[in-house]
Amino acid sequence: MKRVAIVGIGHGKFGVRSDASLRELTFEAVKACLDDAGVSLKEVDSMVTGIAGDEFSLALQPSAQVHDYIGFYPKPNFRVEGACATGSMALRTGWMNVASGLADLVLVVGVEKMTEVPTSVATEIMGRGGDSMWEYPFGTTFPGYYAMMANAHMAEYGTTEEQMAMVAVKNHYYGHLNPFAHMQKEVTLEKALTSFTVAHPLKLFDCSLITDGAAAVLLASEERAKTISTKPVWIAGLGLATDTMRITERESLTSIAASREAARIAYQMAGVGPADIDVATVHDCFTIAEIVAYEDLGFCEKGEGGKLIEAKETYVDGRTPVNVDGGLKSKGHPLGATGVSMAIEITKQLRGEAGQRQVKDAEIGLTHNVGGTGQVAAVHIFRRE
Amino acid sequence: MGEYNKPLPNVNDDSNEFWAGCKEHQLRFQKCKVCGHVRWPASILCPMCHSKETKWIVSEGKGRVYSFAVYHVAYHPGFENDLPYVVADVELEEGPRLVTNIVGCRPDDVKCEMPVEVVWDDVTEKFSLPKFKPCC
Ligand SMILES: [Zn+2]
Repeated sequence: MKRVAIVGIGHGKFGVRSDASLRELTFEAVKACLDDAGVSLKEVDSMVTGIAGDEFSLALQPSAQVHDYIGFYPKPNFRVEGACATGSMALRTGWMNVASGLADLVLVVGVEKMTEVPTSVATEIMGRGGDSMWEYPFGTTFPGYYAMMANAHMAEYGTTEEQMAMVAVKNHYYGHLNPFAHMQKEVTLEKALTSFTVAHPLKLFDCSLITDGAAAVLLASEERAKTISTKPVWIAGLGLATDTMRITERESLTSIAASREAARIAYQMAGVGPADIDVATVHDCFTIAEIVAYEDLGFCEKGEGGKLIEAKETYVDGRTPVNVDGGLKSKGHPLGATGVSMAIEITKQLRGEAGQRQVKDAEIGLTHNVGGTGQVAAVHIFRRE
Repeated sequence: MGEYNKPLPNVNDDSNEFWAGCKEHQLRFQKCKVCGHVRWPASILCPMCHSKETKWIVSEGKGRVYSFAVYHVAYHPGFENDLPYVVADVELEEGPRLVTNIVGCRPDDVKCEMPVEVVWDDVTEKFSLPKFKPCC
């Protein structure tokens, strides 16, 4: 297999983007990515588009809208889908194209236009990430599944609502320093704790945002990377794992088994362990999910995730900085774009271009992206050299 | 009583026998005759060995709350009048777990590990939903 590097990054503004269509959002990220790499679209061999839901964009083949709009035809464009992990699965598909030798330069785009439909409809569509056939009659929704994980974690390990709120405080703090973030506003612990309850124990500030946005990266083979970038970021490990649709068939709700398996594979492939990770972006669709991710990725012992945030060990100057771009929580979570946006943040960190949010001397970074309630998870490890 | 306006179960070849059992106030589960795997929800094939040979067993309807969520926001208008309501992951004594509602107590009183038993909600002429209430 060939070595594969990220040689270009382009991040669109995340937010409620009533000013831009799906196509325009994509164009914004692609343009920034090509400019960053100093490459023209003509040189790119193929493209992978990550879009999670046709229903958000009210279009049957949204990926075709995208390659049409940026004038990519007649070259190949693959559409990839994996619920909230779509972006990471698109990156993995792009990596396969280059690693196999099929292509030398591949554009990976993640995009989602979620605010085309009202919040209630968007929440309902995302609820289908569970098992609608068996669970709908009981009034389940997406936040409810994570609320069940939170209650299980609180009962088993003594994790507290305060600790979950501390994740929101951290991620909003870093989101306010990230110009691409949806919500660039700090929150206090008190405000997070007194916000209205969505599904107990989760409150408004425990939930990520419904966001429009796009992100793009350019992948290159080793030979091409050398001619394009002086600071290539290498994809050193990739892990992808799956689990049952239904949470009731999982061994435990205090952990996401697919995350653990994906991490195991990625660490093995990269030849590193959790202690080697200098900076990470993890899937904080809800604050409890970040706490569970600390544990599943091995940043702390099982059950100690709440204490890790309480000790501020996941801030920029802590032991393992996590989501110092604001995370899904404050940067926003446009499903298809999220995994690609995570890879962009790690690339910035490893290039030393993260400004006020820079982790000192970051060499090895990790992204962790979960689909639905954990039916799929992707972990990627990146290196500077 | 007004018309029932919440989502109803989706009945197909996989789920038909389960919902027919509910109508008779029986919580039926499948046990694979080949590998012995006990499963819920129902399916034509055993996910462990892909056998179609299956035996239906009837649960006693007793279990415990593995975890739960108290909903304060309804995504579906049918649930608005029930707020706050409880969705739980209940583990039956026979092993399988299912997503259901906890009724018959205040939402604040629901706890993980709480013992519960099945109670039938005859929502329409065709459907009864298995819900659970606290028991000793
Ligand atoms: Zn079997």
